[in-house]
Amino acid sequence: MIYRECGIYRTSYAKDMALFPIPLDRWATYAIAAAAFLAVPLLASDYWIGGLIVPFLCFALAALGLNFLTGYAGQLSLGHAAFMGVGAYAALILYARYSAPLLLSLLGAGLVAAGVGVLFGTPSLRIKGFYLAVSTLAAQFIIEWVITHVKWIGGGVYATIDTPPLRIMNWWLIDTPVEKYYLTLAVVVALTVFGRNLVRSRVGRAWMAIRDRDVAAEIMGISLFRYKLLAFAVSSFYAGVAGGLISFTYYAAANVEEFNLFLSFRLLGMIIIGGMGSILGSYLGAGFIVLLPIFISQFLGGVGKVVGRLVTTDLLANVELMVFGGLIIFFLIVEPLGLARLWRTLKDYLRLWPFPY
Amino acid sequence: MVQSSATETGAHAGGVGGRPKLQVQGVHINFGGVKALQGVSLDLLDREILAIIGPNGAGKTTLINSVSGVYHPSPGRIVLDGENITYHSPARIAALGVARTFQNVALFKGMTVLENLLVGRHLHMRSGALASGLYWQLAQREEIRHRAVVERLIDFLEITHIRNALAGTLPYGLQKRVELGRALAMEPRVLLLDEPMAGMNMEEKEDMARFILDVNDEWGFPTILIEHDMGVVMDISNRVVVLDHGEKIAEGSPGHVRGDPLVISAYLGEEAAA
Ligand SMILES: Nc1ncnc2c1ncn2[C@@H]1O[C@H](COP(=O)(O)OP(=O)(O)OP(=O)(O)O)[C@@H](O)[C@H]1O
Ligand SMILES: [Mg+2]
Repeated sequence: MIYRECGIYRTSYAKDMALFPIPLDRWATYAIAAAAFLAVPLLASDYWIGGLIVPFLCFALAALGLNFLTGYAGQLSLGHAAFMGVGAYAALILYARYSAPLLLSLLGAGLVAAGVGVLFGTPSLRIKGFYLAVSTLAAQFIIEWVITHVKWIGGGVYATIDTPPLRIMNWWLIDTPVEKYYLTLAVVVALTVFGRNLVRSRVGRAWMAIRDRDVAAEIMGISLFRYKLLAFAVSSFYAGVAGGLISFTYYAAANVEEFNLFLSFRLLGMIIIGGMGSILGSYLGAGFIVLLPIFISQFLGGVGKVVGRLVTTDLLANVELMVFGGLIIFFLIVEPLGLARLWRTLKDYLRLWPFPY
Repeated sequence: MVQSSATETGAHAGGVGGRPKLQVQGVHINFGGVKALQGVSLDLLDREILAIIGPNGAGKTTLINSVSGVYHPSPGRIVLDGENITYHSPARIAALGVARTFQNVALFKGMTVLENLLVGRHLHMRSGALASGLYWQLAQREEIRHRAVVERLIDFLEITHIRNALAGTLPYGLQKRVELGRALAMEPRVLLLDEPMAGMNMEEKEDMARFILDVNDEWGFPTILIEHDMGVVMDISNRVVVLDHGEKIAEGSPGHVRGDPLVISAYLGEEAAA
């Protein structure tokens, strides 16, 4: 057995607090990073990279943002997709209309979305739970309405801004799926490392304290005002960057229809299935939801062959919805901490093996 | 560090006294028709353990709540180290150095013991979102420094074995101890403990009493201790205030209060009613 904590003693707090206290975790992460940067472009087809892995990374980033707000700070949001939408338009207005540099446009997308997020986060200072959820639902509709009705933003009823060729500083034309993949991966990895540091430190602890017992948090001197709004800001920042990124690398346009209420639900589904309050869970959940339609169509295709009937896209879409709903209910009831928790349980079992006491 | 010196009241830490750290002056609090506090006044001196006792519903918790800013008295004043804090928010009062525990444990259940105590360091730390996220030199050094402080407390409270356990999974007695640790991590100017031994068995009570005394010896935080159990109060407090129906009916050394006829009848009344 290799995966073990037995026999590893930490000699300082700095080591104990390192990103990966167990060497194997560190090596596993390096291995995943190497696979992501080297193996994926070599092994995966352009269809897989451009059509699945790139959007998966973008959704994982958005789900991570939602997890800060909902999983860590305990504030439910039903309008997270709208903040992606804000980021999508902000990024394209900056990049296409004002010819801002690409990475700055993404940063701008995050900042604009963060601002809008704080605005819609202010009700959280007054209301909780169900009522807050309804007010974030309002955010979803108001933002969609503004994007389609304010001509300056999307240019009219269809409200679409096409993505021009992607260039970084005139020397790198980002054109092929693999290049888009590298751009996406770089942004997502950087923001994931940032996010992981954030949740392990003072800010993340303040969020979790508010989530677990807001009265006690306040009595420890944590300003609910500041940290709730900060959670909305950071969460929307991630959504905004994700929205800009996916419009650059996948949709090839900012299109308000992509960022609808159903995407908000899917993002929520990702963190419920993947794991509330877990970085890894955001990825697992996003991967799960992105791959789900493919599994289902493969499976139904197989069944269709056996019974000799054609599987219509209609049927596929409906089955997907049913499975999605069923899974959410399953995880809410059976394993509220999601796939990340199942993974952890397995790890806990393995790490002390063969001495499980 | 101040030396211990036993006195006849059972006091342990030297140097009790001086200007009051905390003054509660004529505090009234009403909930609709219920007069929870009716003009209660008391002074908390430096380094002392002041016990507040009284039957159920006497207003003990309400008194602590009004000190920590959960309720604001009217009329009445709360003065901390000469500063009027009557209308401050709970977070602001915490920032001025008031730490407390809750009668019904209020730990952060989804966080580990270590993290719970680190939340207690919140006000002593500075890192914001950017510094934390980048985790550069400054944030990292800060984290390590406060981690060390918290680890010392964890040793002190003998909870090393559970430091990575989720607080919500611990047995009740340990949760109470962790909550004490979280308040101590704040390095408060005034410590408010709301029935830290409630619901414990005899052995756990003795442990907790020992910790409270050790804390007083080691750091001398002026402490208000709410407790039902007369026996415990006699052993560890310097002075006692007795509340009944929102009013202060007695005050003095433990021995003096125990013999007070008003106190006896308040407690006997409770027993008769029960
Ligand atoms: N938030 C509130 N709303 C309404 N009434 C309250 C509230 N808090 C306390 N009370 C009432 O105020 C009175 C004093 O309550 P308090 O909790 O201060 O008593 P206590 O001395 O702490 O009692 P116990 O020993 O049971 O903890 C009680 O009659 C109680 O019902
Ligand atoms: Mg009480």
